[in-house]
Amino acid sequence: MNGPHDLGGRAGFGRVTPEAETPVFHAPWEARAMALTVACNALGYFTIDARRHARERLPHTTYLTSSYYRIWILALERQLQDAGVLSPAELAGGAVSVPPDAAARRLAPDRVAAMLASGGPVARPASAPARFVPGQWVRLRNHQPEGHTRLPAYARDKTGVIEHVHGVHVYPDTNAHDGGEAPQWVYTVVFDAATLWGADADPDLSVTIDAFEPYLDPA
Amino acid sequence: MHDHDHADNEMDEMTARVRALETILTEKGLVDPTTIDTIVEAMETRIGPRNGARVVARAWVDPDYAARLRSDAVSAVAELGYGGAGGEHMRAVFNDAQTHNLIVCTLCSCYPWPVLGLPPVWYKSPPYRARAVKEPRKVLEEFGVKLPKETKIRVRDSTSEVRYMVVPQRPAGTEGLDEEALAALVTRDSMIGTALVSAP
Repeated sequence: MNGPHDLGGRAGFGRVTPEAETPVFHAPWEARAMALTVACNALGYFTIDARRHARERLPHTTYLTSSYYRIWILALERQLQDAGVLSPAELAGGAVSVPPDAAARRLAPDRVAAMLASGGPVARPASAPARFVPGQWVRLRNHQPEGHTRLPAYARDKTGVIEHVHGVHVYPDTNAHDGGEAPQWVYTVVFDAATLWGADADPDLSVTIDAFEPYLDPA
Repeated sequence: MHDHDHADNEMDEMTARVRALETILTEKGLVDPTTIDTIVEAMETRIGPRNGARVVARAWVDPDYAARLRSDAVSAVAELGYGGAGGEHMRAVFNDAQTHNLIVCTLCSCYPWPVLGLPPVWYKSPPYRARAVKEPRKVLEEFGVKLPKETKIRVRDSTSEVRYMVVPQRPAGTEGLDEEALAALVTRDSMIGTALVSAP
């Protein structure tokens, strides 16, 4: 979707503010927000792609004026409500109901290490050969779905060259919604800066994206 | 993004909001507060850029390891005991005299957790996400890094589940240092590409 999250190439945000490696969190609530999100991910109500889409569907003004963990919490509240496991009345301090399968879904403390160690790989077996090979020129489609996509706006309709083939991964554009995993080949595509940003671009700059096969046509 | 007062107000609002959500989810039986403590502890103590620094130092001293890291980062990182959430699929890109790699996620905040931990605020914020793909030399100057004009820059926008880490160049004058001493030189920012590694 053409949401507030698609920031590549936008102007007017000012300088970058470097920071030290520690502290990891800048307020106690940030640590709770991060871990609460990770623990809720393990409940199995929504995919990683649906989580990203919930964040990018926040109002532009909210997204662009919120810290990142605030974005996570606003999206988590919305997703739990969309999943039917959290009600506005509960959020407002009303009586709380317990889902019948809560205990089965809940991430136990002694499972945290194993959960972090395994993660959630998205590689899947190939059902068709890769359509493109390294060195091949491709054009990114002018792909602007209403729903979730991982094709950044700046790369649409642009021509680049395949650098690397990653394998077959779950397709975010369908997996964020009700279209299932629909696995697709993933390629690293390299663009010259002038292709993306015009004739005044840095001549010694190139940019890569990782593109799913349905985003690509032969150039 | 925020002026100081706004940031403070937001922290107060967010402290209350996150506490309320954690309390409700705990009462619903969906969250165990000890689980939350355990995740925070892992992120503050076990998972962070010191892991990535050990990967880089190993690659500097062991050319066979560097070759494995280049061809299959997930397996090579796992040799040192790291991997999992936020790094299920990883690629290591090597800086050299000709090319400087820089990592960004313009669409959200994708970052290789097992080797770098959680991303810094700037990595997730609009100025970096907007500008890294278009004017990386200006961004690097804000980090105090001025690359030679002839150095090519390749910016890696992390738009799939493949997370990137940069293997910075080993600085001259470090031939006598062992792997542990080398790892101590490697900073988080040098593995994102917003810093170079300096000799001690």
